[in-house]
Amino acid sequence: MKKPIDWRFLRRRSVNIFNLTGSVLATVFGLFWLTWILWTTLSYGISAIDWKLFVQNTPAPGNVGGLANAIVGSLIMVGLATVIGTPVGILAGTWLAEFGRKKAIASIIRFINDILLSAPSIIMGLFVYELVVVKTRHFSGLAGALALAIILLPVVIRTTEQMLRLVPNTLREAALALGAPRWKVITLIAYRAALSGILTGVLLGVARIAGETAPLLFTALNNQFWSTDIDKPMANLPVVIFQFAMSPYEEWHALAWAGALLITVSVLALSILARTLLRNVRMES
Amino acid sequence: MPRQQWADKTFYLVTATFAGLVLVLLVGILISLFIGGWQALQTFGFGFLTTDVWNPVTEQFGALAPIYGTLVSSIIALIMAIPISLGIAIFLTEVSPHWLRRPIGTAVELLAAVPSIIYGMWGLFVFAPVLSEYVQPWLQDNLGGWPVVGALFQGPPIGIGMLPAGIILGIMIIPFITAIMRDVFLTTPKFVKESAYAMGATTWEVVRHVVLPHTRVAVTGGIFLGLGRALGETMAITFVIGNTHRLHVALFEPGNSIASTLANEFTEAVGELHTSSLVALGLVLFMITFVVLSLAKLLLMRLEFTSGSRH
Repeated sequence: MKKPIDWRFLRRRSVNIFNLTGSVLATVFGLFWLTWILWTTLSYGISAIDWKLFVQNTPAPGNVGGLANAIVGSLIMVGLATVIGTPVGILAGTWLAEFGRKKAIASIIRFINDILLSAPSIIMGLFVYELVVVKTRHFSGLAGALALAIILLPVVIRTTEQMLRLVPNTLREAALALGAPRWKVITLIAYRAALSGILTGVLLGVARIAGETAPLLFTALNNQFWSTDIDKPMANLPVVIFQFAMSPYEEWHALAWAGALLITVSVLALSILARTLLRNVRMES
Repeated sequence: MPRQQWADKTFYLVTATFAGLVLVLLVGILISLFIGGWQALQTFGFGFLTTDVWNPVTEQFGALAPIYGTLVSSIIALIMAIPISLGIAIFLTEVSPHWLRRPIGTAVELLAAVPSIIYGMWGLFVFAPVLSEYVQPWLQDNLGGWPVVGALFQGPPIGIGMLPAGIILGIMIIPFITAIMRDVFLTTPKFVKESAYAMGATTWEVVRHVVLPHTRVAVTGGIFLGLGRALGETMAITFVIGNTHRLHVALFEPGNSIASTLANEFTEAVGELHTSSLVALGLVLFMITFVVLSLAKLLLMRLEFTSGSRH
């Protein structure tokens, strides 16, 4: 006897196949853009890279030159921002994880911190402009570093708190039972146990600020010449890329692509490093 | 022992102070933007938000065009990003073979790490020519004649304008929304899903009738988080939006967003009123994103409560 065709079953199956195919196509579509963008950066960037990039300063229109001053400026500002933002972020995260677990004020701080984490970076630039540039009456590398530090801060706070929470309480209790004061328990036991996790947070933060352009526009501005004085306007890769890419000069475009490649490679390398570290943390705990 | 007690107190106070700094930061940002924008707000009053004249020569400033541009470009971005992110998240949690999940998940997360200025450059040099050569003429020929919708696809097909800006924003926020959707999909209790499969449900039916209802609130939260990102995104947009202060219904026309106006004009602003108007624009942007991001956070927190786990 032949079985009758189950139309309902067929319909359900075809809806299933149709929609799942859609999800595969969406993934292909999403990865398509990633490949296209990375490919563009790579192909334009590599053809523009040579040794002059690292030894010559940004040129005037129509001249050849490099990005040396911008690379150094970026390194100085990102370094300074990390030095300012990391200790503050770690201590704030420590309070949230160790002292403020159940306090109402802690959940408010957590909430605000998460919002600052996604808030537009250009606003941080405006804030530092009002706070520093208006008062000192000039743009400076220090102001740029400060703006970057403010963007880095929420990332470090959040990861530090999460990583300290992963440290088992029994570890703390053991140390307390031996008579260790609270601050020693935290600095000598909890920090050590969470070290690589906290480091991940810092790395993620650095990756986040390394390519930030908007907050530097009103704070560090730019500098066509070599300068390591943090009280003066400072050249930096993102703003140089922005200016050069928007210009009509071919030589400047090439330099912008070279800079774009440098930034993309370093940001991706930092993210991958952070991710690898984080995976080790997860495996341990 | 008193010495240790003293050290404990100091440690507590130092960490508490830095944690409090987060609140100080928020209040500080609001106050400084308010002070900086005060002159503009005082001069134009409420009309600052409702007029679309932006003329540095006559010192007339109204924020309507940039606010409109910010909203429209973000809406285009969402229209593009929501279905794609949903598709990728479903693929990563239900369809993909296990060995493929991690590499694709990582790739999507890396897409989120690429600095926005790279998206902007790519948009200007690579995407805009393709768009003006192939996509825009096609849209104009095929949809331009339609009633109502047709008005959207008018204007010069030059690859610069509201539509390209919205598309690039959309590509940018796909990874953010996808990552959240994937994470919340994974919170669906396994036994509920397996029960549905045992009843003979297809994969799609499990997604549609088990996973999505369970995570609906948090998925909305993720979308709002993406919206918050899109609203404040600066560099990706500044390259391609066109930077003119005019209101157009047509999406091919150049426009402006709050963030791109700030990026373009702030350092070149002449006169205190112009600078003050720009800071006031920043204040408007901060308030909009604050509301959107708060909503996102509240929606995401609802899932944390019900499933009892933190993300």
